Amino acid sequence: MPDRRAPRAKPEKSSATKSSRKAPSPRSGGERPASDAARRPPAAGGDTRLAVRKTYKLFIGGAFPRSESGRSFPVTAPDGTLLAHAALASRKDARDAVVAARKAFGGWSGATAYNRGQVLYRVAEMLEGRAGQFTDEVLVAERNNGRESAARDVAAAVDRWVWYAGWPDKVAQIAGGANPVAGPYFNLSVPEPTGVVAVLAPPAAGLLGLVSVLAPVIATGNTAVLLASGPAVLAAVSLAEVLATSDVPGGVVNVLTGRFAELAPVLAAHQDVNAIDLTGTEPADRAALERLAAGNVKRVFAAGPGRVAEDWAADPGLRRLLAFLETKTVWHPVGT
Amino acid sequence: MVATSPLATPDWDYAPAPESADVVSIAPRYGLFIGGEFVPPAAGEYFATLNPATEQPLAEVAQAGEPDVDRAVAAARAAYGGPWGATPGRDRAKYLYRVARVIQERAREFAVLESLDNGKPIRESRDVDIPLAAAHFFYYAGWADKLAHAGFGPDPRPLGVAGQVIPWNFPLLMAAWKLAPALAAGNTCVLKPAETTPLTALLLAEVIQEAGLPPGTVNILTGDGATGRALVAHPGVDKVAFTGSTEVGKEIQRALAGTGTRLTLELGGKAANVVFDDAPLDQAVEGIVNGIFFNQGHVCCAGSRLLVQESVADTVLDRLKRRLGTLRLGDPLDKNTDIGAINSRQQLDKITELSAAGEQEGAERWSPACALPDRGYWFPPTVFSGVSQAHRIAQEEIFGPVLSVLTFRTPEEAVAKANNTPYGLSAGIWTEKGSRIFWMAQRLRAGVIWANTYNRFDPASPFGGYQESGFGREGGRHGLAGYLDA
Repeated sequence: MPDRRAPRAKPEKSSATKSSRKAPSPRSGGERPASDAARRPPAAGGDTRLAVRKTYKLFIGGAFPRSESGRSFPVTAPDGTLLAHAALASRKDARDAVVAARKAFGGWSGATAYNRGQVLYRVAEMLEGRAGQFTDEVLVAERNNGRESAARDVAAAVDRWVWYAGWPDKVAQIAGGANPVAGPYFNLSVPEPTGVVAVLAPPAAGLLGLVSVLAPVIATGNTAVLLASGPAVLAAVSLAEVLATSDVPGGVVNVLTGRFAELAPVLAAHQDVNAIDLTGTEPADRAALERLAAGNVKRVFAAGPGRVAEDWAADPGLRRLLAFLETKTVWHPVGT
Repeated sequence: MVATSPLATPDWDYAPAPESADVVSIAPRYGLFIGGEFVPPAAGEYFATLNPATEQPLAEVAQAGEPDVDRAVAAARAAYGGPWGATPGRDRAKYLYRVARVIQERAREFAVLESLDNGKPIRESRDVDIPLAAAHFFYYAGWADKLAHAGFGPDPRPLGVAGQVIPWNFPLLMAAWKLAPALAAGNTCVLKPAETTPLTALLLAEVIQEAGLPPGTVNILTGDGATGRALVAHPGVDKVAFTGSTEVGKEIQRALAGTGTRLTLELGGKAANVVFDDAPLDQAVEGIVNGIFFNQGHVCCAGSRLLVQESVADTVLDRLKRRLGTLRLGDPLDKNTDIGAINSRQQLDKITELSAAGEQEGAERWSPACALPDRGYWFPPTVFSGVSQAHRIAQEEIFGPVLSVLTFRTPEEAVAKANNTPYGLSAGIWTEKGSRIFWMAQRLRAGVIWANTYNRFDPASPFGGYQESGFGREGGRHGLAGYLDA
């Protein structure tokens, strides 16, 4: 158990939202990222092997850059243990992510529904293969409900990908249709993706929360800029690593780790973002973000004072799936 | 308008064929329709609504202030918690069927009143606005007792009180688009018609009285922008539906930020009407004319940017000019009139200003020889050629009879140019090739796409935009979604 030697950092309740706190330097000696051990079985036979730690970076346009700002922030476990220094995304990173998402939109929205479904299913396959890793991460980073509970969350996240993997080639049949107009026209309504969607992910809903907000956005052909904050950041980056190896084209999902206070307004005001999901925000912050979103008539999901806390384990229903769709109606002439 | 092209027949002219204005009686003064009756406004203020073709006042209507908005919302709330809320879907359906039938019965009155107050040709109010308004009520009537089968769950609930603000371009039709789905879903309504076109909404109030809807189910407040602002921001309103400019739509979205009030916006547009070289050109020319000169271009989905393939651009432009030379501008009540009056002085000024900008920026301006009446608000059909994408007349919504012509070479270029706009309400495609229609339709980022036709509307067909043209749909099954807590 070589990594047990890492000292504990001071307890920090929500490192990601305290923008003014001093970030400990990764090289200051006293604090080191703790325990990779929980994510890896202990070496057999008493051999000690020094763990290889992971660098948690951003995911933009299919690549894993650090923040262009060079900033990072410490991510700690609920008990204060330092887990990692994640990249602290800047406004410029957010804009770059939007550019990447826009660039990927044509290809992804133009891909066949069957293809998108298979890509989402591939994500489930890859995630299933790394379920152990995610279980460990959830266990260490977020909650102390025990390994079984963490494993259940990860399994539910895999299942959610599978559920959404079935939707791309069905949603047009439940959200669109032929309209019986009084004239010689074949009139057809089809749902189309809204475009680039900014997702302010729930900070404390684990991997299942992340998947629950991301999968419906991309299932319908949108591209996403997901902003993760709080305890969810490490799972978000690991999820990005899964996406990068799941045939999801670069730029379809972009993952930023950072502070809502800094980046949410940038995404809400961005003129090339078509919709925003405020799920992860505090109700008190929503009015200001919605005002910014009005600048280009963004579609806003989870607007207003908010409903009762979402039960992520429950049947997700269609609300999220249908939220980021436009209805296009085509009048095609009928004649000889 | 006198035809100038040598190809047109120069000598014949039409005898006047005016529809009689006497079929409708207009009261000298109208109150507000609140709680099932007409009541005076709290502050006692009234303003005149003009006939834009003559600038003569038609009637005085009430200026609703904040106390009136309070009163109307309270009446709607009481009806929601009371008689309307208790009305089963089967009976809501019957009420709406009644409204549809009475509109049909009194269609001539409505058509004349609409043309008087709005300035649109009687041919359009008679053949388009009024029949479609009746059809809309008829369509949604049938949904009222079938909501459980509409795909919004087994027992979708209404939202409560809907605050609805509508524009002046299709006054009665927009009222129908707002009221019919809201009522079918079980909501109650406070509707504010546009400042310059309140009269058909007030006649509709009479129809609603006649149909026997419980008092307070529909309330109609006349007034200006201040009335609209007070209504949409009223804390007693659960749902806001607005049709109008993108600028005001953004203002409303900002005003509702953080409140959780549900919102539907149907805003501006700058639609591309794309003509390929294989299109049936005569038919396309008719479609171009219908696309931009229908209703004097006061149409949010107007085909205001003509994108024509380079190889046929000259031909199309020639034929278009010849056709415009035969359009008749003048008395809206004349059954032969094609182009009526601009709805207001303010709108005329805006069209004039943007057209001047088109000239200043270097586009070539053309209008047929066209005598404008001495009184009233008029603007001749105008075509700008040599327009670049950066010109204001290619970017901004003019909302008047002004067409900007651009050209393209390849389908890809047509798509890129068509989509080069912050709007996304509608688009047109003209080609004989069916596969190309769908190829284009898949790529155009717009909510309504007409192929080899333009400006068709039907209550069963969802209508609404992408991007800054707003969100939510009106019409069809989709139109119920905005009024149900699904």
